[in-house]
Amino acid sequence: MTTIDQSILTLILLVPLAGAVLVALLPDRGKLPNWIALLTALLSFGLTLHLPAHFIAGANGFQFEINHVWIENPAIFYHVGVDGLSLWLVVLTGLLAPVGVLASWNAIKERRKVYYALFLVQQTAMFGVFISLDLMVYYGFWELSLVPMAILIAMYGRKDGPKAAVKFFLFTFIPSAPLLVAILWLYARTGSFDFATLQAAVVSGSLPAGPLCWVALAFLFAFAVKVPVFPLHGWLADTFSEAPVAMAMVVAGKLGLYSMLRFHVGLFPDQARAIAPLMIALTVIGILYGACLALVQRDFWRLIAFATVSHFSLTTLGIYGLTFTGWDGAIYQILNQGVIEGALFVLLGVLETRYGSSQIAAYGGVASKLPRTATFFVITALAMIGLPMLNGFVGEFLILSSTFTGVSRSWAFAATLGVILGATYMLWLVQRLFYGPDGELATMKPATDLHFRELAVLVPLVVLMLVMGLAPSIWMSTIEKGVTPPQVKGAAALHETLSPKPVIAGSVLNASSRLEAQR
Amino acid sequence: MNSVPDIFRILPEVVLTITGVAVMMIDASLPAGVARRSLGWVAAIGTTLALWASLWQLSLPEGTGFYATVETTAFTVFFHVLICGIVLVSLLLSLDTLPERNHHQGEYYALMVFGAVGMCLLTSAVELLLVFVALEISSISTYILAGYRKETGRGPEAALKYFLLGSFATAFLLYGVAMVFGATGTTQIYEIARLAPTAQNHGFVLLALAMMLAGIFFKVSAAPFHVWTPDVYEGAPSPVVALLSTAPKAAAFALLLRVLYEMLPTLRPVWSPLLWVVAVLSMTVGNLAALRQENVKRMLAYSSISHAGYLLAAFAGLGSSGIAAASFYIAAYAAMNVGIFAVVTLVSGYDDKLPLIADFRGLMYRSPLLGSLLIFFLVSLVGIPFTGGFFGKFYSFSAAVGGGAIALAIIGLLNSGLASAYYLRLAFAAAQRPADRSAETPLLTPQVGVAVGAALLLAVAATLVLGIVPGEVLRAAEAGAHTLQAIPEAGAHVITMAPQLKP
Repeated sequence: MTTIDQSILTLILLVPLAGAVLVALLPDRGKLPNWIALLTALLSFGLTLHLPAHFIAGANGFQFEINHVWIENPAIFYHVGVDGLSLWLVVLTGLLAPVGVLASWNAIKERRKVYYALFLVQQTAMFGVFISLDLMVYYGFWELSLVPMAILIAMYGRKDGPKAAVKFFLFTFIPSAPLLVAILWLYARTGSFDFATLQAAVVSGSLPAGPLCWVALAFLFAFAVKVPVFPLHGWLADTFSEAPVAMAMVVAGKLGLYSMLRFHVGLFPDQARAIAPLMIALTVIGILYGACLALVQRDFWRLIAFATVSHFSLTTLGIYGLTFTGWDGAIYQILNQGVIEGALFVLLGVLETRYGSSQIAAYGGVASKLPRTATFFVITALAMIGLPMLNGFVGEFLILSSTFTGVSRSWAFAATLGVILGATYMLWLVQRLFYGPDGELATMKPATDLHFRELAVLVPLVVLMLVMGLAPSIWMSTIEKGVTPPQVKGAAALHETLSPKPVIAGSVLNASSRLEAQR
Repeated sequence: MNSVPDIFRILPEVVLTITGVAVMMIDASLPAGVARRSLGWVAAIGTTLALWASLWQLSLPEGTGFYATVETTAFTVFFHVLICGIVLVSLLLSLDTLPERNHHQGEYYALMVFGAVGMCLLTSAVELLLVFVALEISSISTYILAGYRKETGRGPEAALKYFLLGSFATAFLLYGVAMVFGATGTTQIYEIARLAPTAQNHGFVLLALAMMLAGIFFKVSAAPFHVWTPDVYEGAPSPVVALLSTAPKAAAFALLLRVLYEMLPTLRPVWSPLLWVVAVLSMTVGNLAALRQENVKRMLAYSSISHAGYLLAAFAGLGSSGIAAASFYIAAYAAMNVGIFAVVTLVSGYDDKLPLIADFRGLMYRSPLLGSLLIFFLVSLVGIPFTGGFFGKFYSFSAAVGGGAIALAIIGLLNSGLASAYYLRLAFAAAQRPADRSAETPLLTPQVGVAVGAALLLAVAATLVLGIVPGEVLRAAEAGAHTLQAIPEAGAHVITMAPQLKP
C-alpha cells in the first residue's frame, strides 16, 4: 500500500497522458476514441478516489508527497503532494473527466481523436496545477493548461473560434509573464522554487519588502485574470459561448481560485492582508456587476458566463475576507461550483444539441416536451442560487456569515444583494426556457428527452448536490485541516467567528511537518 | 607532443566531404533516366556517420590541430552534433518532398552535405582565415540551394539577393580580419586574444570588431542586417529554408561566441551595449513585422529574426552562463524551426502551392497529424513549458538577468507576448474548421512518407527532450562554454605565453 501511496500522484498525472497518447495512436474510427477516453477518465477518477480513502485526516502538511530532482540547473524538483486544500479539488477534477467525456459523446462529431486526446492532456495539466508544490512545475502546468483549451476553442468554436481562442490565450498568457518574472525573482533570492521553502522565507521577513510587494501583486494579477475578478473578466463570456461544453465545464474557475488561496494568500499573507480591502471591494462589485449583466443576456452561455463571474467573485470574497470560515466556505464553494456548473453545462448542452440555438428567446414551454431535463435543470438552478439542503447554500452561507462577522457588515449586505439577484436571473432563466407559452423551437422541432448516457452523468451530480448540502462535514473535516494552521489546531474554524477581527495566519498551509514524522 | 593525428581533429568534416564527393560521383555515373532519390539516402547515411564521428571526438584529448587552425573541444562537438543533426533532418525532409522530375537531385544532396562541411569547419576553426574559408564553403552551397526553384521567378531572385548581400557581408568580415591582422600581426584567435589588449593600434581592433560583427549579424539575420531574410525564405524551397534558417545560423552564432568570448573578451564593455541594441532591435523589428505577414514563410522569416534577438539577449550573460544559454537556445531553436518548416513543406508543397496563412485554415481537419504537429511547434515557438522553446527563452533571459541586463529580459518577455499573437493566428487558423468542405481535394491532404516521418519524429523528440529533460543538453552546453572560456595554454604548435587575460 505504501508503494501505491508513494506513486499515486504520479499515476494520476500520467494516466490521462497515457490515455491521450493511446487515443492519438489508435485509428479515428467510430466511437473508439470516445471509449478509450471514457475508460481513461474513469480510471483516473478511480485513482483520485484513492486519495481521500487513504488521506490521514488528522495529519498536518502534505500527504502522498513525491520529491525528486527534475532539473539541476535551475534547481527544479518534481515535488507533488496534496493537503486538505487540494485533496477534493483533485477528486473533483477526476470526477468531471468522465462527465466531460460523456457530455461530449455526441456533441463532438468531427476529429474525435484530436478532441479526446487534447481533453485528456487538459486533465493532466489540471491535476498538475493542483498537486505541484514546486513553483516552476506549477507554472509549467499552469501554462500547459492553456494550450488544449485554446486549440479546442479554435477547432470547435460555434461562430468565431479563433478569435475567442486568441482572446482566451492572451488573457491568461500575458499576465503569466510577470508571474514568471516574480517566480524567478524569488528563486534568485532564495535559490529554491519549493513552496514550503519559499513560504518560510517570505514569513521570516528576510526578503526585501518593496519588491516582495510587487511579486505578490504579479501572482495576484495572474490569478485574478484566471478566476476572473472584476474588471479582468473580458475573456470569459466569449470563451464560454465558443468553447466545447465539456471543456468550459472542466476548466471553469477552479485553477484561479485554488491558486489564489495557495499561492497568493498562502504564500504572501502580509501582502494579501494589505490588498484585501481592494479585493473585497472588487469582488463585491464583481458579484453585483456579474449578476446585473446576467439579468440582461439573451444567450444562455453568456448568461452563465456572467453568473459565473458573480459566483466566483463571491468565492474570492470568501478568500480575501481572510477568515478561516471564509476559506472553508471558499473551498467548499469551489467544489460546489464544479458540480453545479458541471450539471448546468451538460443540461444547456442538451438543449443546444436538441434545438440548435442558445438564444433564450427562442425557447419557452420546453418543460412539457422534455420533463426530465426540466426537473434536473430546476434542481441545479436551485442549488446554484443557494437553496438550503442543497450544496450551494453551505458555501454561500459560510462565506457571507464570515464576511458579516469577520469583515464588514455593509460589504456582506452588498454581497447578499448579489445572491438575491442570482436567484432572480436563474429562476427567470428557468421560466423563460422551460415554462410559459411554447416558443418557436418547442413547437417546431421535435426532441427526445434525456438519454441513458446523459442520465448517467446527471444523476450522480444531482445526488452529489444533495449529499454535499446535507452532510458537508464529510468534506469539511479535511478542508478545515488544510485551512487551519497548526497553532490554532483543535479550535474548530467555525468557532473563530466569535472573534470579530479577521484572523490572519502566518501561513494557510503548514508544510513544515512532513508525513514521515507521523509514521 | 600532440599525440592525436591532425586528421582526427577534422574527422566529421572529412566524412562529410567524402560523402559529398561520393554523391556527386555516383550522380555523374548514373545513366540519365535513373531516379536519383537513393543519393539522398547516401547523403543521410554519411551525415549520420559524421554525427557519430563528432561524438567520438569527445574521447580525444581537447586540443588543436593543423598548426593551431582547428580545435576539438566540447564546444565544437556540441555544434558539430547540432549541425549534423539539422542537416540530417533536412536531408530526410528533402527525400520525400523533392520532386522526382527535378533534374539536379544529385547536386542538391551534395550541396547540402558540402554546406555542412563549411558550417562544421566554421565552429571548429580557431584561425580567422580558416573561418573565412569555412564561411565561404557554407555560404556558396546555401546560395545555390536558395535558388533551386529555377522555374519560378522568386527562386533566382532569392538566390541573387542572398548572394549579393551575403558576399557583401563576408567582405566586411574579411576586412575585419585584415584589420585585426594589422593591429596584432596574427590571425590566430588565441594569439589575438593575448595580443589585442596591449595592441598599439587599439582603434583598429575596435574597427575590426565592428566589421566582423556586421558580417556575422548578417549571417544570423539580426536587425538591422535582416532585410534579406523574408525574401530569401519566401523564394527558396521549404526544405532548404529548414536548413537555411537553422544550421548556418547555428554556425554563425558559434563563431560569434568565439569572437566575443574567446577572441575579444577584454572588449566586453564595447560589444556588450552593441549587442544589447541589436538584440532589442531584432526582437522588436522581427515581431512587429511578423504581425502583419500573410505569407507563412515570410512570417516565419520575421519570427526567426526575433529569435535571433532572444538569442543575442543571452550574450548579456557573464562568462560561461551566457555561452551555455546561447548554445542551448540555438539547439532549441533549431529543433523547433526545422520541425515547423518540415510541416510547412508538407502542407505547402515544394512548389509553395499554399503559401498563405489563410491556406492553412482547417489543416487540423484535413490532416490531424500535420495540424497537431504545426500547433506543437508553434506552441514551442511561443515558449510554453514542456517544450524546448520555453527553456531556451528561460535560460537566455536568466543569463541576461544574471549579467545585469534586467531591462533586456523584460523587453524580451514583452516581445514574446507580442510574438504569441502571430504564432497563435497561424495555429488557430490551422485548428479552425475549413470554410468549404467541397474544396477538399487529394492535393490538399499531404502524405507523410517514411523519410519525412523520421525527420518529423526527430524534430518532435528533440523539442520535447529539450523541454522536459533539458539537463543533459545544458550540461553539454556548459561543458562547451567552459572550454571556450579556458584558452589552452601553449597550444600544439603555437607558442603562447601563459594567458594573462583578466578582464
